[in-house]
Amino acid sequence: MTIEVDRAPVHEPRVIGARAPRVEDPKLLTGQGCFVDDIQLPNTLYAAFVRSPHAHALIGHIDASKALQLPGVRAIYTAKELESVLVKLRMPLGFPTTALPQNITPFVLCPKEVCFVGEALAVVVAESRHIAEDAAELIEVTYEPLPMVHDCRQSLEPNAPSVRLESPSNELNHFKVTYGEIDHAFAQAHCVVKASMSTHRGAAHPIEGRGVLADFSGQAELTVWSSTQMSHDLRQMLSELLGLNEDRVRVIAPDVGGGFGCKFLVYPEEIAVAACAKLLARPVKWIEDRSEHFVSSIQEREQFWDMEMALGLDAQILGIRGQMLHDQGAYTPQGINCPYNAATGVTGPYKVGAYHLEVSVVQTNKVPTIPVRGAGYPEAAFVMERLLDLASVQMGIGREHIRAKNLVPKAQMPYEKQIKNRAGAPIILDSGDYLHCQEMVLKHIDFEGFKTRQRQAKDQGRYIGLGFAHGVKGTGRGPFESGTVKVSPAGQVSVYTGALAMGQGLKTALAQICAEQLGVSAADVEVVCGDTRFVTMGLGGFASRQTVTAGSSVHLAAIQVKKKALKVASQILEASEDDLELRDGFVKIKGTDKQLSLGEISRKLRGVPGYALPPGVEAGLEYSEHWQTEVLAYSHSFHACEVEVDVQTGGVKLLRYVASQDSGKLINPMIVEGQLHGGITHGIGNALFEFMGYDEQAQPFTTTFADYLLPTATELPEFEILFHESPSPFNPLGVKGVGESGTVPVVATIFSAIDDALKDWKIHLKHAPLSPVKLLEEVLFQGVSP
Amino acid sequence: MNSSPLKTISFQLNGKTIQEEVQSRLNLADFLRQQCHLTGTHVGCEHGVCGACTVMVEGRAVRSCLMLAVQVDQKAVVTVEGISPASGLSVLQESFWAEHGLQCGFCTPGVLISLTQLLIDNSSPSPEEIRDVLSGHLCRCTGYQNIVKACMLAAKRLRETPDLAQSILIPQGHKLTVIEGHHDH
Amino acid sequence: MLLGQCQNAKVLAGGQSLMPMMNYRLVGIDHLIDINSLVELDFIKDEKSFIEFGSMVRQYSIAKSDLVSKRLPLMSEAIQYVGHMQTRNRGTLGGSLSHFDPSAEMPLVAYSYDAQLVVLNVRGSRVLSMAEFGQDFMTTALEGDELLVAIRMSPWPEGHGYSFVEFARRHGDFAIVSVATLMTLDANGFIDRVSIHLGGVAATPLRLTEVEAELLGQQPSEALFVKVSQPLSKLDALSDKLYPSWYRARLAQSLVVRSLTAAQARCLNIESVESHS
Repeated sequence: MTIEVDRAPVHEPRVIGARAPRVEDPKLLTGQGCFVDDIQLPNTLYAAFVRSPHAHALIGHIDASKALQLPGVRAIYTAKELESVLVKLRMPLGFPTTALPQNITPFVLCPKEVCFVGEALAVVVAESRHIAEDAAELIEVTYEPLPMVHDCRQSLEPNAPSVRLESPSNELNHFKVTYGEIDHAFAQAHCVVKASMSTHRGAAHPIEGRGVLADFSGQAELTVWSSTQMSHDLRQMLSELLGLNEDRVRVIAPDVGGGFGCKFLVYPEEIAVAACAKLLARPVKWIEDRSEHFVSSIQEREQFWDMEMALGLDAQILGIRGQMLHDQGAYTPQGINCPYNAATGVTGPYKVGAYHLEVSVVQTNKVPTIPVRGAGYPEAAFVMERLLDLASVQMGIGREHIRAKNLVPKAQMPYEKQIKNRAGAPIILDSGDYLHCQEMVLKHIDFEGFKTRQRQAKDQGRYIGLGFAHGVKGTGRGPFESGTVKVSPAGQVSVYTGALAMGQGLKTALAQICAEQLGVSAADVEVVCGDTRFVTMGLGGFASRQTVTAGSSVHLAAIQVKKKALKVASQILEASEDDLELRDGFVKIKGTDKQLSLGEISRKLRGVPGYALPPGVEAGLEYSEHWQTEVLAYSHSFHACEVEVDVQTGGVKLLRYVASQDSGKLINPMIVEGQLHGGITHGIGNALFEFMGYDEQAQPFTTTFADYLLPTATELPEFEILFHESPSPFNPLGVKGVGESGTVPVVATIFSAIDDALKDWKIHLKHAPLSPVKLLEEVLFQGVSP
Repeated sequence: MNSSPLKTISFQLNGKTIQEEVQSRLNLADFLRQQCHLTGTHVGCEHGVCGACTVMVEGRAVRSCLMLAVQVDQKAVVTVEGISPASGLSVLQESFWAEHGLQCGFCTPGVLISLTQLLIDNSSPSPEEIRDVLSGHLCRCTGYQNIVKACMLAAKRLRETPDLAQSILIPQGHKLTVIEGHHDH
Repeated sequence: MLLGQCQNAKVLAGGQSLMPMMNYRLVGIDHLIDINSLVELDFIKDEKSFIEFGSMVRQYSIAKSDLVSKRLPLMSEAIQYVGHMQTRNRGTLGGSLSHFDPSAEMPLVAYSYDAQLVVLNVRGSRVLSMAEFGQDFMTTALEGDELLVAIRMSPWPEGHGYSFVEFARRHGDFAIVSVATLMTLDANGFIDRVSIHLGGVAATPLRLTEVEAELLGQQPSEALFVKVSQPLSKLDALSDKLYPSWYRARLAQSLVVRSLTAAQARCLNIESVESHS
């Protein structure tokens, strides 16, 4: 016997603020999801890429003769062959800017000089993936190895080899973020703390890797399904590189099995597969396998920071200065938003008198870098919070006090910081009550009683610690996102948006926002996203932006649709608009049973030839909005955790994890919690598990899930989430994003707790991730490897 | 490995007996997805760690990327499609829906299969026991938090509704023969 | 016979180790001999002086077996660490022993219980001790045309102390270092028999004969265990990019103390406070 469930179990009404079960779920739960590899077109061919085994080499001769003889192989292409259908071989820069040099993006297929292990230089297309991979193994490539740069700290040394021969310098970009009188701040400091810190390379690893299916039907129209976070950008680049009219290119993001940043890019493989489809006049599919993800999907987080903080007698932060080195990898496919975010994000929720950071963005012979979940903010929070903990010890002031002293107070919000964003406008912390959240969490985790617990544990030979940290995340990045709300003559309510779903419940959230205005059930709202056919413009899912941007557009559009419906209904029902209400898909005269369905109103607005439309309105019960924004809505997180450290093995156990989250008005608290669970887990990965290792030949050596560790269920405590809502004054819904927020303060929180557990050893952890080996080094050898 | 011999296999798939000709090199996950057109089972890593490909073979949850299609000859295989009712959701699926136990949904079918086996073996699992089973799955979205809650809720519902428990989450109409593990002789 | 006839052939048992390597194209095999149909090799038999396992017995059967938990409790404890529920559903004892990964738990158990391995080929069968079977890094004495068919484990006396301890990064991961201890105390409470094997520090499991010798005839105590384990910190252990030799040596030292403590407590039928990492 089963439960016949057509609707979700009822919790609360499906409107804004409700913990509404998601509209996405039933299909996914029954295995009826449609991910890119689930799409099966007749006559499809399958691609496999030949990837460089060298970190840096010149391609000599490519001999595909044996491979071509394998039955089932349809074609093998290198850069030379693809050039016949490509306008150019080089990918356009993702975020166009004149601030970066030319010739820094990857090639669709590498023509001459491979610059990282994993770079694709040829593609095999065959009747099956098995055959394509068999053939790829038979292709003989001669290489002339070149010296390589395996570590970004090497990149700027005087005799460092060139990462790419075409690149005049290994330094891609150098910039400064600065304000205030920094020298003065340090000159008059009562206390100066210094630390050299680092975070390490890791990857996004959604459980569904990348994938693309390209179909040139009739050679005139290109349809591409891609597991992407940016369908409009992909359409634009396909059009540009294949010389096609954009109207003839349709990109569809089907169900996407997670993104976390790595699908927020147009990749060479997507263009190459489309080119193959054009050349072979058959659909071509490529599905990334996990080993490819390790060597060709973007990575992030490798940064080295040498920092100093100057504090006054009363623990006021007078200034922060230092240098940061950012590992960009071999190419720059998108821009340098990640180091920029990190550089401008350090001061976070705090007031800092002066700031001076020199940033060097350098190239290495490793996989290219763009943001992974957090996009530089986790690194920034890590640096700031570690400095504060150090200062707390040096000044003999409690960690909670030194933070309380310097947090931007609620009364001063919106607070204009002296740091400018990349458009040149100041960073404004729009709303929040950081101190209250700190107090709320510390109370919840019983920080006051912890000293006793810690002492009792020590009596038993156990080392426990409690740590905490703040983090803010700029969300809702503009300039806009599209939103269209439409009611069909049949009464179907639809939302179309350029925003994109990758598991975060976007459809449910937008359905709730729309349903709130139109008085229908969220389950009855059809949300179409990620398909370029339905909306002409869109930017996609990244930077925790879509609730703010798409949400606002949908909200405003729904309001307009509601207004129109009421206006038309008031004419037809001959009632004043004040006497009308919108409920359950009907406009009703309050207190009577006279009503008109939204479908009927839509039919009226569809028009009948020869008859006039209702006076004063335009055709169609629909409205499109591209709500614009130049500012970010800053979400705030304060995390605290208790850990136990095993001083003999270096093992760390998370005993308890409490997190406050302020993302303004919450559309669906259940979904927000889910985002936090995932974000925190990713942060725990960054703190204790995820290490993407490269050796001295820039060869990756952690290329399976046995070596590159993601947190599993047995390593995590139950997360306790506490909400605080400070609506943002900068958007009509008062919402803020949350997708990445959970990740931001985690490493700092955990390191703070471990330092506390090992306070007898007086350690101060500075490098993430922390492995048991490194921790045991701290305990036994003061951090120096024996 | 260029030529891969073909073999005809006969097996039970979600309660139905079917015959298929398969290449001997074809793994079970690819076979189910491409030849049987059941795309609910997903491939995440191909090296037996992520668990996205988990299906039931002879009543036990296994990684289908680590089995060959030929190995299920004469066996009973159940995929996520086989633990889903003809319409609506099973108790376990409905609990996931209520507790927000999934986000992108890619790891979910495999997780449902593992938890189905758990609930067959243990009608009152503790959160620790659930996490132990989940440790064989990688999820990048949920942090596993709500998956544990969903499983606890499902177990509770099944205990409270004994006649539901008889079906052990396999909907009516599917005849699944669960072969017990070997006991001591 | 098939094995002898086919070039470049390998036996496919549980597939949990072999299939990932094949999927990653790390091994190219022309012939896979699937022995999963040999149901006659899937058994656990109480032969009184030894417990015999068919080589195809699934790891989950071992986990559920009352006989094993009663007569070979070290194995019951160790099996909890072997992979995950999903891999134990397919993985076999024979497969684990034949694969002979230095971090694997079952080989350590086989050494501890003086396993005798029955190996079959076209010429007949032969019986090897674990010491003879396990030769080098992932290398056993199995010839190309041989099949491991049965494993006989010799139980220790009823009431013996036992402990399997390991340190891994996450639950179910390969152990970085593991320790298998068996112990009995005489009527006066002195250690009269002890066996300690260490995994993950050498190409094959290491028996700590010197440590054992120092323990025999002694009154067990924490101080004693700490003292005898001290030299382990100087072990010339395996080293790789992630876990250097000194770290494994230190782990060995700490885990041996824990294992001895837990094994001793079980001798007295007292549940010790286990500290699993």
